[in-house]
Amino acid sequence: MDERKNIKTTLTLVSLVLLAGILYWGQNNLSTFQIRILNLAAIFVILGVSMNLVIGFTGMFSLGHSGFMCIGAYTAAILTMSPESKELIYFMEPIVPFLAHVEWPIFAAVIMAALISALFGFLIGFPALRLRDDYLAIATLGFAEIIRIIVTNTITITNGSLGLKNIPSIKSMWVYWGCAILIIIILKRIINSSWGYAFKAVRDNEIAAEAMGINVFHAKLLSFTIGSAIAGIAGALMGFLITSIDPTMFRFLFTYQILLIVVLGGMGSLTGSVIAGVFITIIMEWLRVVEQDMNVFGLLTIPGLPGMRMVIFSIGLLMIILFYRQGIMGTREFNWDWLLDKLKIRRGSKRGVSL
Amino acid sequence: MSNVLHTDNITMQFGGLKAVSDLSLEINQGGIIGLIGPNGAGKTTVFNMITGVYTPTSGKVIFNDQDITGLKPDRITALGIARTFQNIRLFNDLSVLDNVKIALHTDVPYSLSASVLRLPSFFRGEEKIHQQALEYLKIFGLDTIKDEIASSLPYGEQRRLEIARALATRPTLLILDEPAAGMNPNETKELMELINWIRDEFNLTILLIEHDMSLVMGVCERIYVLDYGQIIAEGIPEEIRNNKRVIEAYLGEEVG
Repeated sequence: MDERKNIKTTLTLVSLVLLAGILYWGQNNLSTFQIRILNLAAIFVILGVSMNLVIGFTGMFSLGHSGFMCIGAYTAAILTMSPESKELIYFMEPIVPFLAHVEWPIFAAVIMAALISALFGFLIGFPALRLRDDYLAIATLGFAEIIRIIVTNTITITNGSLGLKNIPSIKSMWVYWGCAILIIIILKRIINSSWGYAFKAVRDNEIAAEAMGINVFHAKLLSFTIGSAIAGIAGALMGFLITSIDPTMFRFLFTYQILLIVVLGGMGSLTGSVIAGVFITIIMEWLRVVEQDMNVFGLLTIPGLPGMRMVIFSIGLLMIILFYRQGIMGTREFNWDWLLDKLKIRRGSKRGVSL
Repeated sequence: MSNVLHTDNITMQFGGLKAVSDLSLEINQGGIIGLIGPNGAGKTTVFNMITGVYTPTSGKVIFNDQDITGLKPDRITALGIARTFQNIRLFNDLSVLDNVKIALHTDVPYSLSASVLRLPSFFRGEEKIHQQALEYLKIFGLDTIKDEIASSLPYGEQRRLEIARALATRPTLLILDEPAAGMNPNETKELMELINWIRDEFNLTILLIEHDMSLVMGVCERIYVLDYGQIIAEGIPEEIRNNKRVIEAYLGEEVG
């Protein structure tokens, strides 16, 4: 048993070093476009795991993710933009004085984005989490839209529908993937602790969870708040990646895209969300082809339709729901034990054959 | 013997239907008490009122001299009342071991930050919980299947797991809602011995609903009979067996 523990620690370290190596190599050898896509993938991984905490592990069908992302993105952007560019961008109405001269370091701004999103998550969760299932979905969807509309209309803070530009740009893969890995580790640890057990108990059977002494409402609120905070971080990173944000980015369609990652990966599996997050982001870029004019053997030209990607995506989601409900991973997680057991069986059987 | 639980004229009204009316029970420390009655008599409603799933329309539930009427179920569990359910409610997607662990996790020995940072207190707490969970499983003979998913177990084992899980919340009063439902005579007999044994081992008071008369008569020291939401008889098993009203309630009145 001890031996196996050592093997697992070694494997973890080796894979972390390997990952660092890949990031180092990628940073130096991939094109700017490719790096950008991979960074976007990291953001979608973060979004996927945080939504999975709420939907997959705690069983709350919440569709408010884009709203919390929006809050995080705006918080981080406003706090980090330089005073000069703020003066330049807020030309319709000047920014409120107390925000005009702030210019925080990026790290602090991301933390603040998480805190403010968590606060909103708490405030919205407090009334909304008394609802269940579809009703909760409708309520959270509504709240997310309300957030977006508030952001569109508080022009002196958010610059309204004009959006924000000149947000400090971060191109390093280390930042995005570092954040993603850190968040995955934190979530994994929460899920494998007493709180994680409480979440899963609430998901499986609320009445039994109560009878086991779990305060169901507290567990739900905690999970929802953590999920919101992480969505806020993802929003902040999104701002740093594309350097300009506006309210229309955070429509509810965006939430569905994250939901697709969660469902495809498997509800209740962090590993699944990571795989699906990377996969979907890359496919999403690759599918841009279908939105361009297509020429079929020179015989006819199919005109490109913007939004065609989403049609294909919807079909994909339908297929998953109809034929592959549990997703890629179901509720399983990748772990070394699983891999080692697999290898051992194979080795064992080989020996069996040779004898 | 001291009084563990008593209900003071509790009534539960669902719209126009009085499921339970003016019910008073007194349960003494260390006893095994049966609550029987025909289907729809209101037995489970009584349990739901005691454990906080329903708040009684009127009346009081007193547990260890404390008024627990209207408290939330998790508070009542924390005070020391644990229950099982008529229609088994396990955490279906989790393993047998995890089901018991959840019950032990209610007074968490470490903080959220300790679990994120994996401080020593986390490992100590988890180790303790793991060992305790295994002990509870051993008592119920479930330790050999600890890694099975709860929903994959046969019915009898699911029932036993539910009792193990309820015990793991460290109650002083254990409430069992039809523990022998779906068990064969042999399993029922084993369950009887088990109930007696855990009562002595954990110094419990046990209140149970059961339709299997061999179990009720064999294990209960005192029986309450409920019909149409009212107590129609109470006493030791011998008295209940020969009570005319009880026989009427179960079999109907004689014609003529």
